[in-house]
Amino acid sequence: MTTDGGLLLAVAVLAPFVGVMAGLALGGRFVVRVAFLTLVVGLGTALGVARALVQSGRAVVYLLGGWAPPLGVALRADGLSAVMLVAVAVVIGGIAVYARADFGMPAGTPEARAPFTFWLLLLAVWGSLNLVFVSGDLFTLYVALELLTFAGVPLVCLDGKGETLRSALRYLLFALVGSVLYLLGATLLFGAYGTLDIALLAARVRPEPITWVAAALMTTGLLAKTALFPLHIWLPPAHAGAPAAASAVLSALVVKGSWFLVVRLWFDVFPGVITRPSAQLLGALGASAILVGNVVALRQARLKLLIAYSTVAQIGYLFLMFPLVAGLDAAHLDSGSAVTGGMLQAISHATAKAAMFMAAGLVYATLGHDRVADLRGIGRALPMTVVAFALGGASLIGLPPSGGFLAKWLLLSAAVATAQWWWALVMLVGGLLTSAYVFLVVVRAMAPAEAGWSPKVRVPRYPQVAVLALALCSFLLGAAALCPVDVVRIGRPHAALVGSR
Amino acid sequence: MDTPTLFGLAAAILVGLGLYGVIAHPQPLRKILAFNVIGSGVFLLLGAIARRGAAAGMGGDPVPQALLITGIVVAFSATAVAVALLLRLFGETGSVTLSSDAPAKADGDKPHG
Repeated sequence: MTTDGGLLLAVAVLAPFVGVMAGLALGGRFVVRVAFLTLVVGLGTALGVARALVQSGRAVVYLLGGWAPPLGVALRADGLSAVMLVAVAVVIGGIAVYARADFGMPAGTPEARAPFTFWLLLLAVWGSLNLVFVSGDLFTLYVALELLTFAGVPLVCLDGKGETLRSALRYLLFALVGSVLYLLGATLLFGAYGTLDIALLAARVRPEPITWVAAALMTTGLLAKTALFPLHIWLPPAHAGAPAAASAVLSALVVKGSWFLVVRLWFDVFPGVITRPSAQLLGALGASAILVGNVVALRQARLKLLIAYSTVAQIGYLFLMFPLVAGLDAAHLDSGSAVTGGMLQAISHATAKAAMFMAAGLVYATLGHDRVADLRGIGRALPMTVVAFALGGASLIGLPPSGGFLAKWLLLSAAVATAQWWWALVMLVGGLLTSAYVFLVVVRAMAPAEAGWSPKVRVPRYPQVAVLALALCSFLLGAAALCPVDVVRIGRPHAALVGSR
Repeated sequence: MDTPTLFGLAAAILVGLGLYGVIAHPQPLRKILAFNVIGSGVFLLLGAIARRGAAAGMGGDPVPQALLITGIVVAFSATAVAVALLLRLFGETGSVTLSSDAPAKADGDKPHG
């Protein structure tokens, strides 16, 4: 049954794509206006979905053409989808305001290819992500993943230089192999159980070899797209080479799409099929990502590469939630708090990382380089931006009252409650390493400039405000603890990850 | 052994060959081709599943056939994007290697905006 507000789900997916089409048809002079109009509509839709969800207290469903699964295809938004829809709309909004400085096409200037492409791809990324969040069907999710790849890869090589083209091609190859493995897994599931609808499939799957093979194939494919250690090698060059606004989209949002799908698969499709050792393995990969990513980030000489490696590390935290949820379920404790912790980590990283990449873009514009060793003077030239970088960094470290603090607190208490002290240890060491490189950057940025130094470009005020606003979102997200309803849990099936065996 | 099982096994072999190719070959064009071999394996598997699910006088279950067509379109566009990127890379750098320390115009210190 289509529920109240169900149509909003279709609008959430279609609005950005209508924006892409309109922007393409109207051309470069109107594309910025089309993008901002779409932003307003999309943000309103996301808030509308969240409102419908909180009011009704259960998942929002829209049946395409009125056909119910298994014949038709359903769009479904539960608590996880709604918070991601709103978070992505906010981050896209911040990035769009920032990008007006780099990619805005004021009247009178000739239409340029890179800005035009950027705005279309920004909307396309948004539409694909929304489709990932609301799809209720494994094949629609495959199409959404591929759309996300096609929208994300060209963002890497907007400048068209050889090195970025190479990074884009490497990223594309990883992503393609990842999605074909996902499709193979979905095909096996269809062959075994005769449906691809998530809710129907969850009722039919049994712990048997074909389900394990399918789960392993799909998870591996998605890990390659999410860049979890050791499949992360494509990420740093791709994210560090792109223009700042594009890096922000890629690092903050695109990798979350395939991660969200892993969450969907493990918690909604395969509860009862997943074994505890496999959850431990996923957690171990996450822990390695945290350690390796942070240590390598510390050794980077360039600011954008440092931030890109920090993304590798932060992706690791996203995967710590799997063994923790499995542990809580096995102990018959409430695993909802660990899921909330994982979602908070995703959202606080999205806002913080977008702010940090855009801050790095402003630093690059002002200094003409982004060597970490020569950041002196930037604190005087761009005070707001350095504050934003520090606030974003504080959220990555997990200082209160940031969203990162609340996320890590929830994950840490889950680790303690299930006596899995090793994950807690990794989180604490990761936090220490993160604070080392954030302080390194901030201290260098605060150093006084050499006499006679002047900024290369005067950065306008509004991109700085956008960066600071996103960083503040991340820093104040810890206030979500005061939220009266736990939105994440609405409309979620009460199924344990590790079955009752 | 019935026909769908035979085709299923053939699909498994194709996926295995393609996966080997993607991992083992350093040249991007070969990787793209190997990706297509994996894709063919998946599509063959979908075809076999469609055939196995044949009912009500039809030659095959229409749902996997519809998925198969969509999958082919997606794989085709993916290949087109990859080849276009590859051609552009060749045009810019004169080489088609994926390793960054290639002799042709190694520009490790080049600034990225």
